[in-house]
Amino acid sequence: MDLRKTEEKIFKGIMICSTCCILAILLIILITILVKGLPAMRWSMITQVPKGGFYLGREGGILNAILGSLVLAGGATLMTCMISLPIVLYLNVYVRKRTWITQITRFSLDVLWGIPSIVYGAFGFTLMLYLGLRASLLGGLIAMCFLILPIMSRAMDEVVKMMPAELLEASYALGATQFETALKVVARQALPGILTAVLIAFGRGIGDAASVIFTAGFTDHIPTSLFRPVATLPLAIFFQLGTPFPEVQERAYASALILTAIIFIVCIVSRLLTRRFTRNVIR
Amino acid sequence: MSFKPHIRVENLNVYYGKEQALKNITVNIPDRKITAIIGPSGCGKSTLLKSFNRLLDPVDHVRISGRVFVDQEDIYDSKVDVTRIRKKMGLLSQRPYPLPMSIYDNVAYGPRLHGIRNKKTLNEIVERNLKISSIWNEVKDRLNTPASRLSIGQQQRLCLARGLAVEPEIILGDEPTSALDPKSSQRIEQRFIELKSEYTIVLVTHILRQAKRLADYVLFMYLGELVEHGSAEEIFSNPKQEMTKEYIGGTFS
Repeated sequence: MDLRKTEEKIFKGIMICSTCCILAILLIILITILVKGLPAMRWSMITQVPKGGFYLGREGGILNAILGSLVLAGGATLMTCMISLPIVLYLNVYVRKRTWITQITRFSLDVLWGIPSIVYGAFGFTLMLYLGLRASLLGGLIAMCFLILPIMSRAMDEVVKMMPAELLEASYALGATQFETALKVVARQALPGILTAVLIAFGRGIGDAASVIFTAGFTDHIPTSLFRPVATLPLAIFFQLGTPFPEVQERAYASALILTAIIFIVCIVSRLLTRRFTRNVIR
Repeated sequence: MSFKPHIRVENLNVYYGKEQALKNITVNIPDRKITAIIGPSGCGKSTLLKSFNRLLDPVDHVRISGRVFVDQEDIYDSKVDVTRIRKKMGLLSQRPYPLPMSIYDNVAYGPRLHGIRNKKTLNEIVERNLKISSIWNEVKDRLNTPASRLSIGQQQRLCLARGLAVEPEIILGDEPTSALDPKSSQRIEQRFIELKSEYTIVLVTHILRQAKRLADYVLFMYLGELVEHGSAEEIFSNPKQEMTKEYIGGTFS
């Protein structure tokens, strides 16, 4: 009897420790970038483009990378949504049954998920050469799309798969087609999960450096055209950390702080927005 | 008992993979009567019910042979429009599954799908069907709140209203009271008795007393076979098969 109680305590302790680990990791990262980045934070960081080059420049800001990252990750997330949603609805509403097509699709997505982002970068670059594109916003969008497509699709798939069959039956029984059911019932019911999937994909995209290093390039200018290079925050951090000057290295932490803040804001705003649309969800 | 059949089942076989769930079922379901399908768990009651509005189609590895006629039309004919068949039948499942939308939209969902856009008409349809399902008084002041906030019993009546709103001819109930408290069950049963003058009602139930209270016609199934069918009087007072006798007498369940 006593033994079982101790067992219970030990395992509970392990679980609490693991949970604390997650919080500690986040906290330590936040403290590091705050301590090292805050001294370099200036209003000009987010309102100006770099002066004297992104690599050596100690003046100006990283507006080019902030806007670049937002456009690139936002655009790629939007494009990916347009591919992911049909995949997921097809697998879970139209096919639904476990057939070779669903199994192969899920397996492919799992494999694609595991491919390192630098490989997507290299693949995107090859594709661009073939299409005659240079490092540009368009190239970056395509490569990032490859990167986040499996993440978004698989994350959405897992939530939509959980949809009770009876809910679909209820809609069919009223004479709804599969398309109407997918749009009016499934998408609504799964909205919180779909949103989470979109956010995970966005977060992964905006934080990735390797997929855009060859495909999007880098520039000191704010993005204006699909066919011009575009700057991104992770690459800005990478370049700033690579300089020999401590002042510029400090700016890297400030950039990291900005990147983290963007992800934070996007998460909170979208959570608040969807709360309004999820009050009807059946639990 | 002679009657006008509404649903005719001919040599229906259903397989889930290698397992045969329905074995050569042939039966007629009477028009504007309450038909109860009884039998122990896993005997194929629900499968038979779902075959009536082709809800078996999306199930894994299912194979169906034989024919089901609704109003003289073979619903498993490849040319048939499935949504039109399903529109003819309202379905109540074991647990109510309201759609993820407001109470009003739940009832208006079907009519809207079938092209009714006029606000006034929709209002009328919603009100009329909520009244028939005797839930109107409880929800009339909060039609725009989510259906998920209703109690289970209220949700089941809402689902009934939602099914009736598409003007079906047939109501299918798959143990529709099994998740409800006695009071709510009684209300649902009361609705069925009122509705049978206009609708053909088919109920799957494992509650014998419920079948006795409601049914005009009874199908007894066991292990995928239709053991016996006939008027409720016949089945309950004078069953022909030994197995039916035992089941009704409570020897096994």
